[in-house]
Amino acid sequence: MAADVLPEPGSYLGPRDLCTEALSGILQRPGRSVLTMLGTVLGIGAFVAVLGLTATASGQIGARFDLTRATTVNVADRPGTNGSRPGTNPPMSFPGDTDQRLRRIDGVEAGGVWWTVPGDPVLASRPTGADAAATGLGVFAATPGAVAAMAPTLPVGVTMDAFAQNTAQPVVLLSQAAAKRLGVSRLDAQPAVFINGLPYTVIGIYSDVRRQPATLLGAIVPASTALERFGNPGAEADRSAQALIATRVGAAPVVAEQVAVALRPDAPASFAVTPPPDPHSLRDAVGSELTGLFLALAGICLLVGAVGIANTTLVAVLERTGEIGLRRALGARTGHIAAQFLTESTVLGTLGGLIGTSLGVLTVVAVAAARDWTAVLQPAATLPAPLIGTVVGLLAGLYPALRAARTDPLKALRTA
Amino acid sequence: MSAAPVIRLSGIGRSFAGDPPVTALHPTDLSVRQGEYLSVTGPSGSGKSTLLHLLGLLDTPSTGSYELDGIDTGGLRDRDRSTLRGRRIGFVFQSFHLLPHRTAEENVVLAQVYNRSPRAGRAEAAREALRLVGLGHRLDALPTTLSGGERQRVAIARALVNRPSLLLCDEPTGNLDSASAEAVLERFDELHAQGYTLVVITHDPNVAARAGRRVAIRDGVLAEPEAVR
Repeated sequence: MAADVLPEPGSYLGPRDLCTEALSGILQRPGRSVLTMLGTVLGIGAFVAVLGLTATASGQIGARFDLTRATTVNVADRPGTNGSRPGTNPPMSFPGDTDQRLRRIDGVEAGGVWWTVPGDPVLASRPTGADAAATGLGVFAATPGAVAAMAPTLPVGVTMDAFAQNTAQPVVLLSQAAAKRLGVSRLDAQPAVFINGLPYTVIGIYSDVRRQPATLLGAIVPASTALERFGNPGAEADRSAQALIATRVGAAPVVAEQVAVALRPDAPASFAVTPPPDPHSLRDAVGSELTGLFLALAGICLLVGAVGIANTTLVAVLERTGEIGLRRALGARTGHIAAQFLTESTVLGTLGGLIGTSLGVLTVVAVAAARDWTAVLQPAATLPAPLIGTVVGLLAGLYPALRAARTDPLKALRTA
Repeated sequence: MSAAPVIRLSGIGRSFAGDPPVTALHPTDLSVRQGEYLSVTGPSGSGKSTLLHLLGLLDTPSTGSYELDGIDTGGLRDRDRSTLRGRRIGFVFQSFHLLPHRTAEENVVLAQVYNRSPRAGRAEAAREALRLVGLGHRLDALPTTLSGGERQRVAIARALVNRPSLLLCDEPTGNLDSASAEAVLERFDELHAQGYTLVVITHDPNVAARAGRRVAIRDGVLAEPEAVR
């Protein structure tokens, strides 16, 4: 190389000198350097924040669904299919021992049949005459298993038991709203309410349910009693008999697969089973929609940042022509000049990336803290984020560095 | 002392393409021995800048050859020309070309960045060069706080720090008042006395008069009107 022609070793710019020179170039104008970084900071900050926030938010959505919905399986009867029980009209496909059959399925915590009592029965505090306050209250029929699956909160009284079901007792569970309207607050005197003029003993008052919140505005009677007194469930989709199943966490999809066969091995097609939505697919759907939109915005920010760095570096190259000429006079090769400006822009991009990543992480943590969420940051997206800044700075510096290297030292020395 | 002269120009000329082509420097022979103090005078546009650029390896001649320390610079690649500039030529410019954000010492250190000087020795070499030009007390001063004469002395220290074969000075007193100019010229006298080879390009006869050997350039033609020694 140079040693062939010249007695001395050629010009050289060591890595430490290169970094020192580049850093001093950046620190010469700290204000401008900060402004130059701003685009990269915003772009990468947005990138990290968007990914972090979507991961965090969809994590929360998933958690909300996990609790109740992911442990609930609904089984709808399809009245009129060939699985109808003989002797019922309109027929009901659920067998008489549905509660027991459901409980035998592994993963089921409780389950049973329920339906809205047909014919809009009148719930009243007195045997005759409509109770104006009680209009709009629905009457539901449910087996003890279904009541258990609803998981009612009972401040007063007891829940429905097998005895009430097996012997078709005239008893009723009142929701707190219904009890208030009917004037029932204490059960020690064994108060009764009237449905279509017939008395039912109130055995419990529930204030909340985890499943089937429709029952919060009504009363529940044993399924056997309802069958005896009000006839079969209606055939309409919203009034036909359904099975409500509470499962252990994670067991719902498996239970959903088995339940139709377990109930009616002879006619599993009589049921329409609704498993809970898969929390993963739900989370992914929400995530990808938001992420796509915001990542596009972050990408635009990055592009603006790159253009900003390119512009400022180019201006710096034009401003520092004298310096370039001097360095060339002091022995710098064209490559040394290019390397110096390229390093400056790369360092700026990397710094912007680091600051942006920090701000993005801070944003995610702050938002999560403000909303009582658990911050979720994917290491695969967060850790390489500063490197994106490096790449942006490198690419943005290419053209200005080339311009700097091509600067004629003669003209450069003359201008300044 | 090496046998070869520091500078040997043989029929060197420079013309610029155009319509009509402009000949900035007609083919010229010039030889400068080690330790010589040469001044080149001429009015503006006479071609003395062209000569300086050729001598400083900042420009390439159209014809002829240029040997620096016996090395034929014709046909050298840009990287080798850079190496020679950094190692063997010390530049002193009319407008100083100091980096404004760096102290006097840092400006002198910059001259050692590209020539493989060990990092550890650079600061001491810079301080020594600054002491040599009488600025040992202003090592940490920024150029903006220095007078014009002091700035030019920093530039001279920067040119000296690599112990070049040739000090190439382009109108070194052009931006200075007469007192500062005198101080700079005294440094040149000292450097000459120490054996440095100086080429000073100037339009100022008083500056030219300090040199041991004077050449004049007019309309691109070099002439040696008076040989003092």
